[in-house]
Amino acid sequence: MRNAFADEVAKLAQADSRVVLLSGDIGNKLFDPVKLVDESRFYNCGIAEGNMMGVAAGMALSGLRPIVYTITPFTTTRCFEQIRVDVCYHKAPVIIVGTGSGLSYAELGPTHHSLEDIAILRSLPGMRVVAPCDANELRSVMREALNDNAPTYIRIGKKGETKIFPEPPELKIGKCTIVKQGKDIALICSGTLMGEVVEAAKNLDEIGISAEVVSMHSVKPLDEDYLLSAQSRFKLIASIEEHGLIGGLGGAIAEWRSRGNHGIKHVMLGTPDEFMHEVGTQEYARHKYGLTRKNIIERIQQALS
Amino acid sequence: MSTHQELIDRSNLLRSRIIETSSLSGTPHLGSCLSCLDLLVALYFDELKIDPSNPHDPLRDRFILSKGHGVPALFQVLAMRGFYPESWLKDYGKDGGIFAEHPPTPDHLAGIEAATGSLGHGLPIGLGMALAGRIQKQNYNVYTVLGDGECNEGTVWEAAMLAAAQKVSNLCVFVDFNKWQATGRSEEVMALNSLSGKWQAFGWNALEIDGHNYEQILSALNTFRLENTRPTAIIAHTVKGKGVSFMQDDNNWHYRIPTAEEVKMAKLELGVPL
Repeated sequence: MRNAFADEVAKLAQADSRVVLLSGDIGNKLFDPVKLVDESRFYNCGIAEGNMMGVAAGMALSGLRPIVYTITPFTTTRCFEQIRVDVCYHKAPVIIVGTGSGLSYAELGPTHHSLEDIAILRSLPGMRVVAPCDANELRSVMREALNDNAPTYIRIGKKGETKIFPEPPELKIGKCTIVKQGKDIALICSGTLMGEVVEAAKNLDEIGISAEVVSMHSVKPLDEDYLLSAQSRFKLIASIEEHGLIGGLGGAIAEWRSRGNHGIKHVMLGTPDEFMHEVGTQEYARHKYGLTRKNIIERIQQALS
Repeated sequence: MSTHQELIDRSNLLRSRIIETSSLSGTPHLGSCLSCLDLLVALYFDELKIDPSNPHDPLRDRFILSKGHGVPALFQVLAMRGFYPESWLKDYGKDGGIFAEHPPTPDHLAGIEAATGSLGHGLPIGLGMALAGRIQKQNYNVYTVLGDGECNEGTVWEAAMLAAAQKVSNLCVFVDFNKWQATGRSEEVMALNSLSGKWQAFGWNALEIDGHNYEQILSALNTFRLENTRPTAIIAHTVKGKGVSFMQDDNNWHYRIPTAEEVKMAKLELGVPL
């Protein structure tokens, strides 16, 4: 996903002279193609994320379309006040990209995990929060984000994510993408757990439960039209995300249910209210928190029984 | 181009308006407004390439009052400069209005470039604007006024390092060095000394001036315009509450609101008709 991001930024920078990339001292060589477009289009802003976000806002207020990139905790919670005041309050069209989201950097410990970022950024007026599921969906999201003049947070993985889309799909921020149609239930995923979700859906089909698979890349704005249609079509919906159960996709859907008094049964899969103190890979961490195809199937079976 | 006497006359009138508005609306930070006022007057009436009838001109110079709590001074300056009618300020502090303790966003008031108020934000935003000018080959300058207390904020120094690394020479910082912050002497709360030494060490062209002396302010701005490899920091030695004997260097006026009688006394001292 990181490589696709870098490649797509170079393409966007080539096509649109307003695009500028700001990085917090990571991915330097990765962005050589952006520098090749023009040296003035890439800025290593150092390990100073608060300033980087303010600089991006200043650029956006002066006609540019900056993209800010670093590891998720440092491009979200580290500089939250700059995002809130400089970007959102000013409606500055900055694209904020967090890499290694969720548990992608499980081995690096909770300083590098991001299981609260969606909840926190979703609370900001005017901020769009998008978690694409694979490299091609990321490319489409970036193109769309640039089409609108609004602050956008894009939450991406690291590398090796399961390929879901053979090419960049047509999509709109605020409208989900159907990965696979189904009749009984909907598995609604935001982010890079999609590989597990697709496998879970296959296994569910085999045991007679027809599962629709949906990439709800846009957690805000949430595709409420889809949820309304899902309510009339399915026995239950499940939200699946590599993010805390507080305030992520599941939280957003729960808010929608409560606001509209929607009665559809809703299974929430996400991480619990804790920091992970053990060492482990992303795979280990996903197993620990039940973010696996096996657990998805079990939770669905329990809920249907 | 204004004569120094014209700038002084404007500043006296503006000081009296700021004090009277504070009294009528209950808006604090009078001491901070009076310390930076001469910098604002020099910028808006002599330096900035701006057209109040075209406030969004992409080629305009930008000014950000990074110490946003000094905005009661800026609101008066912008009105006098013609960005909006002076009569609008009669609604200062009223419910549903726009004039309060900190700047609104640029969408809500002509002449405002950034909604500061949370300290340490104005310089990074200004740096972004300065870089945007360079990237888009637009020949404008970006100016900002920081408080000395504001220099406690880490983002000020993050921006200072990036600006120097990028050799952003179209960026000019004034530090309104009035020697006070909200609750104490700024040199005692944090180790500010030497402020100009710090900016110099961060790679800036650092100057020290009397921030109430127009000759020195304009001369420093001239030095800034001639600099083409570094950003410029002008450490302006100022006096909190400048211009009114009973407010000068008295930090109680960070929050105190003047009475009607004190407004009269201040006007008399400033030579402004009651």
